Amino acid sequence: MTVTNPTIVLGMGTCGLASGAGKIRNVAQKWAESHSSNITIIPTGCIGFCQAEPIMDVIVNGGTRISYGSVTAQDAPFILDEVFVHKHYLLDGVLGQHPGRNNPIDGIPFVADHPFFKKQVKYVLRNCGVIDPSSIAEYREHGGFLGLERALSLGRGGIIQEVIRSGLRGRGGAGFLSGKKWQLASQEKSSTKYLVCNADEGDPGAFMDRSLLEGDPFSVLEGMIIAGYAIGATEGIVYCRAEYPLAIERLTQSIETLKKEGILEKPLDGAGFTFSLRIKKGAGAFVCGEETALMASIEGRRGMPRPRPPYPSVSGLNGNPTNVNNVETFANVPHILREGAESLASMGTETSKGTKVFALTGKINNTGLVEVPMGITLREIIYDIGGGVPDGKDFKAVQIGGPSGGCIPKELLDIRIDYESLKSAGAMMGSGGLVVMDSDTCMVDVAKFFLSFTTKESCGKCIPCREGTQRMYEVLEKITTPYSQMGSEQENLYRFNMVLHLENLARVIKDTSLCGLGQSAPNAIISTLRYFRDEYEAHIFDRKCPAKACRSLLTYTIDTDVCNGCTLCARNCPGGAIVGEKKKVHYIVDEKCTRCGKCFESCRAGAVLVS
Amino acid sequence: MKPAGDAQLEVRPETRKLTEILRAFPRERGYLIPILQEIQEQHGYLSKESIMATAEHLDLPSSKIFGVATFYNQFKLVPPGRYRVQICRGTACHVRGSFNLLESLETELGIKAGETARDGVFSLETVACMGACSIAPVVAVNGEFFGRLDRKKLLKIIAEYRAREEETKAPEEEAHA
Amino acid sequence: MIVGRNEMVELKINDRTVEIEEGGTILDAAQKAGERIPTLCHIKGLLPSGACRMCVVEVKGRNGLVPSCSFPAEPSMEVLTNTPRVLNARRTIVQLLLASHPFDCLSCNRNHFCELQSLASQYQIESVPFRGKSRIYPPDFSSPSIVRTPSKCILCGRCVRTCEEIQDVSAIDFTRRGFDTIVLPAFNEALRETDCVNCGQCVLACPTGALHEVSALEQVMRVLQDGKKHVVAQCAPAVRVSVGEFYGLPVGANVTGKIASALRRLGVRTVFDTDFAADLTIMEEASELIRRLTSPEANRPLPLFTSCCPGWVKFLEHNFPEMIAHLSTCRSPQQMMGSLVKSYFAERNGLRPEDVYMISVMPCTAKKFEAARPEFGHGSVEDVDAVLTTREFSRLLDLYGIDFAALPEESFDELLGTTSGSGDVFAASGGVMESALRTAYHLITGKDLAEIEFAPVRGFDGLKEATVDIDGTSIKVAVVNTLAKARRLVRNVKAGVSDYTFVEVMACPGGCVGGGGQSYGIDSERIKKRIEAVYEVDRTRVVRRSYQNPRIVALYEEYLEKPGSHRSHELLHTGYQVRGNHRSGV
Repeated sequence: MTVTNPTIVLGMGTCGLASGAGKIRNVAQKWAESHSSNITIIPTGCIGFCQAEPIMDVIVNGGTRISYGSVTAQDAPFILDEVFVHKHYLLDGVLGQHPGRNNPIDGIPFVADHPFFKKQVKYVLRNCGVIDPSSIAEYREHGGFLGLERALSLGRGGIIQEVIRSGLRGRGGAGFLSGKKWQLASQEKSSTKYLVCNADEGDPGAFMDRSLLEGDPFSVLEGMIIAGYAIGATEGIVYCRAEYPLAIERLTQSIETLKKEGILEKPLDGAGFTFSLRIKKGAGAFVCGEETALMASIEGRRGMPRPRPPYPSVSGLNGNPTNVNNVETFANVPHILREGAESLASMGTETSKGTKVFALTGKINNTGLVEVPMGITLREIIYDIGGGVPDGKDFKAVQIGGPSGGCIPKELLDIRIDYESLKSAGAMMGSGGLVVMDSDTCMVDVAKFFLSFTTKESCGKCIPCREGTQRMYEVLEKITTPYSQMGSEQENLYRFNMVLHLENLARVIKDTSLCGLGQSAPNAIISTLRYFRDEYEAHIFDRKCPAKACRSLLTYTIDTDVCNGCTLCARNCPGGAIVGEKKKVHYIVDEKCTRCGKCFESCRAGAVLVS
Repeated sequence: MKPAGDAQLEVRPETRKLTEILRAFPRERGYLIPILQEIQEQHGYLSKESIMATAEHLDLPSSKIFGVATFYNQFKLVPPGRYRVQICRGTACHVRGSFNLLESLETELGIKAGETARDGVFSLETVACMGACSIAPVVAVNGEFFGRLDRKKLLKIIAEYRAREEETKAPEEEAHA
Repeated sequence: MIVGRNEMVELKINDRTVEIEEGGTILDAAQKAGERIPTLCHIKGLLPSGACRMCVVEVKGRNGLVPSCSFPAEPSMEVLTNTPRVLNARRTIVQLLLASHPFDCLSCNRNHFCELQSLASQYQIESVPFRGKSRIYPPDFSSPSIVRTPSKCILCGRCVRTCEEIQDVSAIDFTRRGFDTIVLPAFNEALRETDCVNCGQCVLACPTGALHEVSALEQVMRVLQDGKKHVVAQCAPAVRVSVGEFYGLPVGANVTGKIASALRRLGVRTVFDTDFAADLTIMEEASELIRRLTSPEANRPLPLFTSCCPGWVKFLEHNFPEMIAHLSTCRSPQQMMGSLVKSYFAERNGLRPEDVYMISVMPCTAKKFEAARPEFGHGSVEDVDAVLTTREFSRLLDLYGIDFAALPEESFDELLGTTSGSGDVFAASGGVMESALRTAYHLITGKDLAEIEFAPVRGFDGLKEATVDIDGTSIKVAVVNTLAKARRLVRNVKAGVSDYTFVEVMACPGGCVGGGGQSYGIDSERIKKRIEAVYEVDRTRVVRRSYQNPRIVALYEEYLEKPGSHRSHELLHTGYQVRGNHRSGV
């Protein structure tokens, strides 16, 4: 049976590639050769359902597109045969069909009805996973650059008004009204102004910006050009972290394409406004996500923030007016300009308009990238979209907004995603990272982990953050250390002393730090303390970890009723902490026990108890 | 760091001379970080010589260059191993057990994060987040990503790289025999 | 601060109204209102750093605490500087600093002069609740002038900014990040190996004991108490208008007589005046200038640069070795004195040079480096054996229990202790130039310069230029202080953009009165007062021209013959070194 030039679409974002999309591409090519045919393989970005990567789409029936998930290199030839040779579409692992121009295929559900996608609204991510990110033709087919056209006709003031009316707020975390920010920069009288896109995305657990840059880079660039025009900046810089090589590659290619198309570095309007773009790679510093530190980095300095005022819109890069916005913020702009402010303002809540992209990860069934309208509840995201917590475990909390964002416990699952609601719950929208935790997670350990991150990433300039985050971290370290490793009486007293001062220290660090990193670093403690005080108290007073996650606080004992003296545990113990003769009940010497858990792993009788 | 692709040993490109590298950049402070990034890309790390040469090129004191080089995670001032092992310590990876994986790596490779093994084969570093959170926990070797790991899988990967190292050595030994 | 707009802004500080110029900060307003807000990272005259957060205040209508050093004063603002919230914040910040600071106060050389100590006392810190990791770092004793003790560093950044923005040397910078941040020379090299010029401005800027001068006290005390050597001391012009500050006397008080008296009480046998040697320097240098003017040669080019500032000399040797020929071959007054003491003075008094011990009291830390330069001394006998900074001198007096303020006035020993006003003004930026012109005028025209005070070269300004008419010939001169300005000037000279004939360069702000060995803190007001005092001293002198100093005349007649003679060259002139450069790595 012959096949005629089939077309498939492969998710080739970083997750897709890491999951094996490259292998599938090779296998598909070989399959085509074996059928004496060509095959068109369109690479696309991340559609967001990372749990199901690698995802392979097939184009059939003159345009209908069907998605298959969790495709392996072994599966691929079978699927290709079934689809293109035998025209069987309903296979294991089918995610659904995308609505096309043709009649839908019977029996195949729609992707949009898939529980993962049903409650999502793809406003900013509409092209990710759908188009070939490197094809400007496809981008135009999907409405690309119509936004820019309309923007140029509206003029500077008109653009700014449109963006203000849309209610767009900075998606990087601060949530400042973007239109207002642009207005400030546009008011400055200077012949040199800069536009900067903050693509540093340092929050661990966040990859929204990466997916946008890999999947739909033109939309970000179009947004930047519109913004540049609005504020009067002729130079734009994308500051992208070096840990995103694929995003940088896509951006570089896209910029070259735009230059060839005459959109960059050629006059755009009658007055001769020209916009140019270049890329600056980050060098590995979370603090460079803060706008003044970011600008210092672009200037070739250590990434240390500066006091504000003066604000970047007045004095930014090299002292010139500069506007810094996040990737997702810029990605909203072309759609707002093309479809009108209402297209965004009609979604969301009173104060938080539009959608937000979240990276849903952690203990959740459907890990991936989701875009939801503001105002949706957390419960809907976690249970409806995310599919709930795996392995039958209980939901405990979700970390939102990165290490400094704060956690939301079970009681607040019905909270609406909205800048103000989150703030009043002691959390923060942040850039969009959502890490789900289950009952096996110790919240004190989580706070300690976050503090270890913030103190490591602190730039070191200001005293409260540099010294304070280190001390907060040390307190958490101390309360996750067992008795047997505590030193003297004095050590113990120090420990209690520090805990008492913890809350005041957290408050002062919040009050006085120079930049957002320091100001939000204590949130990790304040937030977990607010909702999980009992866990803290168990650690401090009882020296126990209720979630059994703080290994050094666990106690390993041998159940004397069950132990049969097989000596397996004693032989596997790296610290020589188990004593016992053959066929006699064994005993674990607590002082020598390093809590490695090897005895628990090796015991076949289940005689080792962990508490 | 190159993205994952078909599994291939990253062959270090021909090391360009320092002067060649510098010549491509204007003598402005704004190019400091791109210059250091390019040098590190070519040489694997920043030697004292390269820092001094950069200082001269930009007419900046070497203390400023050194200050910038030591600020950012990306820059290494000691040569890396042939296989650069990076483990992600982001939130999603942590929640899925990357801490234990780090311990396993340290034991297996005999070095702590930030160090290079004495035989120069492996070096180990932690990365704050590699952005591949949906396949947590993640380890990358010379830019190739490995996700959804547990201790067994991880050690198997290390063993494979060790085997590869043996293979590259074997022909040399034969030649010496 | 934006200058030029004369609009005033009215705001309230602690309910009291105050007016300042638009563009000023809340800190400026508070100072004007007489409210002292603590700062640790602030350097007046430089842009605010915003690093220490000690200066935070409450502003009505704002949520967080606001840093007063950088926040602009706005009309109708209501600022509160001492609310419980503010005091708690400041106290906690001090506690945090103390938590990583070694508790060495009693044996630290900044004991009583330390800003961290003062803050701890001011905010009544009773306990330090956080103790954990701290910065343990080995001290750096390599340099002959400055000691670094990084474990006492509070990372305020004042030394880094001073070295970078005021001196444009950048021998040290912040390295690493976060809690591990530490101020180091590049590659963590020993300070001795770097481009550091030893000017000591970083020491003045440092609020704690992290930076201090290499101490010569032990050595000096041993020699004084041994009694085996004939101890001779010289005292620099800047010290006489500065050391009184340590004893409650007003800034600029002329305590020359007390210094002579104090030195004798310490056991110094002969007390000479560096001012005398300054007069000598003028004689030699003015002659040198005239020679270059009248018969220029490739290896004696114009402009002529002064060479009495060792910080400047080392700076040129590192950064512009190709310009070394422009430096005057004259030694500095300190070194000329030392050289003469070990020859002329020793011979006259039947002493062997090795039995004479020369101490100099200087406002300068670079002089310690200078005294040890290999170009000076003969064999194992140094020309200057020990250099004490103004601070060290006062500590020596304290150690001996001498009540300085109550001392009688005594005079220096005549032989090399008689001076003219020209010698005194060396202490201020522009002084060397003015003195040289006074004498050069006479050497060229044979007449005495009537208008003896040359205002255009006086003052705190970093760059002063003037054109001098010497009997029909006009020469252009420049006076520069701080090395950042010096670098710019030398670049201009190299580029052929400026046509100076004679340039005076001082490394320290305002000249030697702002030297690295003076009382702690970089305070331009204090320096200006000292400058005024220096010119006052000159006015009180009967003899104000170097060539009219009778002892100078006698010295030439008896010993040196004339300026530029063979003996002068041997004893009073020197050569320089080409040094490696941390910019080019050459």
